[in-house]
Amino acid sequence: MNRLKVTLPGLELSNPIMPASGCFGFGKEFAGLYDLSQLGAIMIKATTREMRFGNPTPRVAETAAGMLNAIGLQNPGLDKVMTQELPYLEQFDVPIIANVAGTTTEDYAEVARAISTAPNVKALEINISCPNVKEGGITFGTNPKIAQALTEAVKAVSAVPVYIKLSPNVTDITEIAKAVEAGGADGLTMINTLLGMRLDAQTGKPVLANRTGGLSGPSIKPVALRMVYDVRKQTDLPIIGMGGVSTLDDVIDFLSVGADAVAVGTANFVNPFICPELIEELPGKLDELGIKTVQELTGRSHQYELANHRA
Amino acid sequence: MIQKEWMTVTNQRNIANRIYELTVRGGMVASMEPGQFVHIRTGDSFEPLLRRPISIAAINPEKSEFTMLYRVEGRGTEVLAAKRAGDKIDVLGPLGNGFPIGEAKQKAVLIGGGIGVPPLYELACQLNARGVETVHVLGFETAEAVFYEKEFSVLGETHITTVDGTHGIKGFVTHVMNELPTDFDVYYSCGPSPMLKAVEELYVDKKGFLSYEQRMGCGIGACFACVCKTNDERDYVKVCSDGPVFPAKVVVAG
Repeated sequence: MNRLKVTLPGLELSNPIMPASGCFGFGKEFAGLYDLSQLGAIMIKATTREMRFGNPTPRVAETAAGMLNAIGLQNPGLDKVMTQELPYLEQFDVPIIANVAGTTTEDYAEVARAISTAPNVKALEINISCPNVKEGGITFGTNPKIAQALTEAVKAVSAVPVYIKLSPNVTDITEIAKAVEAGGADGLTMINTLLGMRLDAQTGKPVLANRTGGLSGPSIKPVALRMVYDVRKQTDLPIIGMGGVSTLDDVIDFLSVGADAVAVGTANFVNPFICPELIEELPGKLDELGIKTVQELTGRSHQYELANHRA
Repeated sequence: MIQKEWMTVTNQRNIANRIYELTVRGGMVASMEPGQFVHIRTGDSFEPLLRRPISIAAINPEKSEFTMLYRVEGRGTEVLAAKRAGDKIDVLGPLGNGFPIGEAKQKAVLIGGGIGVPPLYELACQLNARGVETVHVLGFETAEAVFYEKEFSVLGETHITTVDGTHGIKGFVTHVMNELPTDFDVYYSCGPSPMLKAVEELYVDKKGFLSYEQRMGCGIGACFACVCKTNDERDYVKVCSDGPVFPAKVVVAG
């Protein structure tokens, strides 16, 4: 028995750890470092209908225990992802979760329909939460009605299960979660980056050319944990949790608040070998905690709800 | 092959205003080429979090050592500057594509600006070892920021410029380049983008290779932070993995 195995809609994961979208390109760079078949899955970089160059540079800035990025969904476009990037990844025995982005509902639907037919794409991650593009992205993810309608449109054309990537840049993330569930989402991935800024103290000039960017890294983990915790109480949809995962304890924490699997983002930049290292160390951690399988960890924090203590 | 290795500091010294010379030892040195860079995790906490890209200034395969010259600019390089002989540092490398040294046959001109000077040093050493004459034009802000003048002078004709005129010739590297004979096969340059653009424009008919600097996230081509537009058929290039060295006229300097 594989005690790390996790089964989610469309996804048979040999372990619950995968690189997060935007932090792993289309896998080629990391394929030179280790065997990608070790990973639970790969969430590839966002794909849009047309090639996108992205935002002006500088596009990244370091902040306290985190980083800001304003890449702007740079990618080679649907055709090249279908003909070059995805076929390359077929040599690895690993499910691909394709991140889909767009500026209109039609864009999302077209990319979703096409990319979901690729043989190694086992699920879609719909990016309604990118904070770094002027049109599309986060505008779809901050209004429950629009989020629900987009989910319905993508579900209608996708050949594989659809996960919606939620934005933390909302007043109540559970509202959006419930809306996309009503729209037929098969799962949730959360959270995307938190909108932030950094200034040059001498001049007051924003460091990023885009002025604002998405905050990621260890600094956002408490926010992400709280949001997964809150959403887990509102829905039974599977959740792939992310936001500052850098250590094995972070993996355990995300599972404990209710995530079924965990994605590693910024930590891939700090240590490109982080994913296989965490996967290798996970069984030892389970032993240490006296736990047989990762599923036993999922949601265990909820037993400490205040209401239960009062009862 | 990119490796992540805990390398041992063998020497560190302050050689000019905020400029440090750091030598480390490890197996990775065997595969290094001039113009490549490493990505260093300066501490072991989350602050500073990201690695710092630093160019390779000198390679000594016999001793399995390489030397970096870097300027203390912020928290990451401050932490690095505190490392002493015997300390271990987490190095990812060697990264990127270096200078094509085979392009030089008889004579090469090497033009560097500020913290773009270091990678030209190993290049000059290797070109000299192949019997290629090297002329060096090195620009700095001020006398206190000048480094490796003697080291370059040993290898060939060396011109130093400072913006404020406190050492060498007052002005930019282009002031010297305007006066230099153009009987060279190839030029190599590393420095700030405006300088690279000026070099490219002045030597428009010559074969040249330019090393670019751009803020990086991952250093291996995955994050798309360091992209530049190009003049060729490619939609874009990444400075970290497609460069940092590109033939002249390829990259549209940002």
